Amino acid sequence: MHPLPPTPPAIDAQHLTKVYGQGNTEVIAMRDVSLRVERGEVVALLGPSGAGKSTLLTAIGLINPPTSGQLSIGGIPVMDGPNTLVDVRAFRRQHLGFVFQKANLIPFLTALQNVQIALQINDVAPAPARQRALELLDYLGVADRASNLPNALSGGQQQRVAVARALANHPSLILADEPTAALDSHRGRQVMELFRRVAHERGAGVLVVTHDHRALDVFDRSVEMEDGQLRPH
Amino acid sequence: MNLATQDIRHNLGRFLLTAMGIGLLLMIVLGMSGIYRGMIDDALVVIDRIGADLWVVQRGTRGPFAEISRVPAHLEHRLRAVPGVATTRVFVSHNVQREHQGQPLRMNIHGLAWPDDKGDWVRLQQGRPLGQAHFEMIADVSLGLRLGERVSLGKNTYTVVGIAQGMVASGGDGIAFVTAPDAQSIQFDLPGESLRLEREARVHRATQQDIGQIQPALLERGAGAASNIPAFAPPMVSAITVRLKPGADLSQVTSTISAWPDVSVHSRDDQERLLVHGMIDKARRQIGLFRVLLVVISTIIMSLILYTLTLDKIHDIAMLKLMGARNGMIIGLILQQALLLGGIGYLIAFSLGDWVFPKFPRRVLITSTDLWALAAVVVAISVVSSLLGIWKAMKVEPNKVLS
Repeated sequence: MHPLPPTPPAIDAQHLTKVYGQGNTEVIAMRDVSLRVERGEVVALLGPSGAGKSTLLTAIGLINPPTSGQLSIGGIPVMDGPNTLVDVRAFRRQHLGFVFQKANLIPFLTALQNVQIALQINDVAPAPARQRALELLDYLGVADRASNLPNALSGGQQQRVAVARALANHPSLILADEPTAALDSHRGRQVMELFRRVAHERGAGVLVVTHDHRALDVFDRSVEMEDGQLRPH
Repeated sequence: MNLATQDIRHNLGRFLLTAMGIGLLLMIVLGMSGIYRGMIDDALVVIDRIGADLWVVQRGTRGPFAEISRVPAHLEHRLRAVPGVATTRVFVSHNVQREHQGQPLRMNIHGLAWPDDKGDWVRLQQGRPLGQAHFEMIADVSLGLRLGERVSLGKNTYTVVGIAQGMVASGGDGIAFVTAPDAQSIQFDLPGESLRLEREARVHRATQQDIGQIQPALLERGAGAASNIPAFAPPMVSAITVRLKPGADLSQVTSTISAWPDVSVHSRDDQERLLVHGMIDKARRQIGLFRVLLVVISTIIMSLILYTLTLDKIHDIAMLKLMGARNGMIIGLILQQALLLGGIGYLIAFSLGDWVFPKFPRRVLITSTDLWALAAVVVAISVVSSLLGIWKAMKVEPNKVLS
């Protein structure tokens, strides 16, 4: 009997640094950050405003490349310094899911279509895409609102749809930027628990930027950023 | 799932209002080409219907469609003697504007060479061709006259015996057909006092010369009707139209008549060219430029609308990019909306024009060629006008979602 090969981590960031400007105007937003998040692990990224949390998140999300350092996602090397090693859009649609403070649902699509579009972008045929979108909405408890436009949904329901959308293509990593900031504490906790459930049941790594210390018990681990540097919480 | 149609459904009211605006602009573009086609068709209807092979006009002129041309009516007989000529007709045409039942009535008087030509070639809607040598009229429907109505022109009254359709002169005035002598009497009608003064002047001129002093009979003639004075010029007409015998050599006949020192000869094609490229050329160019201007305006307006629609969706486009959407999907969203906007605008233009254009005072002739051309123009301006929106969408960075 052969041992199972080890699962590659959802995030393996090594020595990420991000510098804006140069000379007198140089600002180091992120300094030598190394972070590893396993699949199925939910990690909270804490820190005051301006600490560099969003810089790290956007670097990992391939939105804002670092100045130096290496990044692998799901075992695939994606960044070497500012150079991308993969087709960024293709990689994002296949491996990454995003959730933000605002749900950012497309206002002219129903809840179902908002999830379906993520699958359509990834070339899933309409019928299976619809089926999977319905399953995800059901999984997240908003199947009864599938045919509603976003403006007919509550903030919590919108965030659930956004999570469903992020999960649509079985991403190895979900990145969430203050996803509960617009919600009350009860609904905020519900969303955080949802991330935990998703991570544990679906095997995705989840990195959540949050200011909300009340729901820290939901996370497997917390790390804190300050002055662009990472330290355990 | 089609993003373009989903977005349109979400903003249906705004989209339809925008399409209505574009449709109205396109309707004007269509109308302009229709007015132009109508002008050409109206201008050519008489030439086409008369069907003459040659137009014989005053020497050195381009004929009655370009300028005043006067040739003696009896030239018709001389032309009949030319080998190859089958028939000849006098052509008398001039505009008059008179008051009829308290309203201005402007018409183009067209003289028919009675009795050879009773107006059988005229497109009659009601009534009959001319049935007598004087005082009958066939009037185009656009003149608003009814069958049996009596119209006073000069010293005579004419009865409308036929209502024609689509018989309009190049200037847009409806044509009234009367016999050629009636047309001349309308053209050269003078008040009684003018005739008396002219006779007095003739007598006065004669008395100032020796021939008048030694021949009293000459003074007597001079004081009478002009038609009784043999030295006076014969009645003048605008042109003589000539039809050739089957198999006759057009160039040979043209060459024979051209050798006469008092007339010029133009073919039917010459006259058509003269009308299209001469008389209505400025109007044609003016309408053409106006159409180009309208197309440019439509493109600019569509561009701005599509740009605004794109700006409204910038956040959504950034989100789509963040989710990994390909450029084709985003370009398709904007381009499909542009084409739908243009397509619906085109249908509105067509439907509205179909209803409105027949109510225009001048004929608006929409041909299938113009409809296809406009469809191609609409596709082109839709594509061009979407470029600004596409350019903006392509510039959007996914991190716009974070803002």
